[in-house]
Amino acid sequence: MKDLRVWGLKKSPWVFHVAAASCNNCDIEILDVLTPRFDVERFGIVLVGSPRHADALLVTGVLNRKSLPRVLRVYEQTPKPCLVIAVGTCACDCHMFKDSYNVVGPYDRHLPVDVYIPGCPPKPEAIIAGVVKALSKL
Amino acid sequence: MILKALFNFLIFPGFLFMVLFGLFLTWIDRKVTARIQWRKGPPIYQPYADALKLLLKETLVPNGAPKFLFLFSPLLGLVGVIIAGVILLSSQFSFTGDLIVIIYLFALPPIAIIIGGSSSKNPLSAVGASREMTLYFGYELPFLLALLVPVIKSGSIKISQILLYQENFGPILYSLSGVLAFIIALFSVQAKLGFVPFDIPEAEQEIMAGPLLEYSGVSLLFFKLMRAALLFLLPIFLIILFWGGIKTPWVILKFLFILVLLILLKNTNPRLRIDQALKFFWIILGLLGVVAVILAFNRL
Repeated sequence: MKDLRVWGLKKSPWVFHVAAASCNNCDIEILDVLTPRFDVERFGIVLVGSPRHADALLVTGVLNRKSLPRVLRVYEQTPKPCLVIAVGTCACDCHMFKDSYNVVGPYDRHLPVDVYIPGCPPKPEAIIAGVVKALSKL
Repeated sequence: MILKALFNFLIFPGFLFMVLFGLFLTWIDRKVTARIQWRKGPPIYQPYADALKLLLKETLVPNGAPKFLFLFSPLLGLVGVIIAGVILLSSQFSFTGDLIVIIYLFALPPIAIIIGGSSSKNPLSAVGASREMTLYFGYELPFLLALLVPVIKSGSIKISQILLYQENFGPILYSLSGVLAFIIALFSVQAKLGFVPFDIPEAEQEIMAGPLLEYSGVSLLFFKLMRAALLFLLPIFLIILFWGGIKTPWVILKFLFILVLLILLKNTNPRLRIDQALKFFWIILGLLGVVAVILAFNRL
């Protein structure tokens, strides 16, 4: 039963893109990953429009006081089991904004993050490699 | 007798067969789409992996939504499609009922989507449900006009009589009114499947997933299976009514032809606005349908 669940999750991870106050650079790289050039549908990865359908949340941007409750709400709306993938240096460790008065810290202080993909922004290849690592960890 | 009926409804040609074969057809859809975009596309087990994953995931009900309606509507749609399928596939052999049953059963999926979308307690779902309703009123009129053509030609509303007529006098498609009605029915089927020029209720870029927005886990799976079974049934329905039934082995080629035509239409067209779709169905296809019916009365 558990094997079946893991196999299903591994073979068809549907991702939902949570852009929480990022500078849009990582968002654009994520869109790059989903273009026909990289063809992630080979691995069953599909971008979905609703957190209810999602198996993996791609979170980008530096987490601040305004975006924290929204991100937590999206995480609660996602049916479990789900992965959280932090894309970009901001999402991993707040980057150069770490001393700002409005920043409430990296994602792993509030959510169980499964993978960290550093880079400003990370290359599409790096994002794919990170997702593959997350899936092989299951 | 009861065992046989149960077997018919649950295994062949009912639930299990239709769902598994329909999922295979969605793989064909995704693969052809990928090849059109110069991609490699998903592997053959992809739809089954999706289905298995959704089956084993958590099913959430939004806070404050009517639980029974929310969870009942996907079941309603799926059951409607399965019953329509069993009736259609056994129509070659035993079923003596008429077309009206099938028309009503094919109305169940849009009704299920409308109920589900309205009971989701989400504004985007409500917008999607209202669009689905408008679209349903749009495509149903030309669809019924197109279905009138085989009825007029064979002089009977019974599916078995229509099939008998086609065995004696050749398929209805090979006549002027038949071609017109087939084209109209093809566009209506495109809208019934929610494929791209008419995927207005689910418009990804505007309202995310429309009525399906709040569905997760098993309830979402039921909607996906409903779509998959429809993708199998509607081309079969067209072949039975217009193209001489499903007894000969040629039916596989005919089926693939209709399926690939639908997928090509899907991949080469942008989405219409809801008012444009309504105008297209009522004015252009509606007038064409009237012309087809008049031609059918004159034995053309």
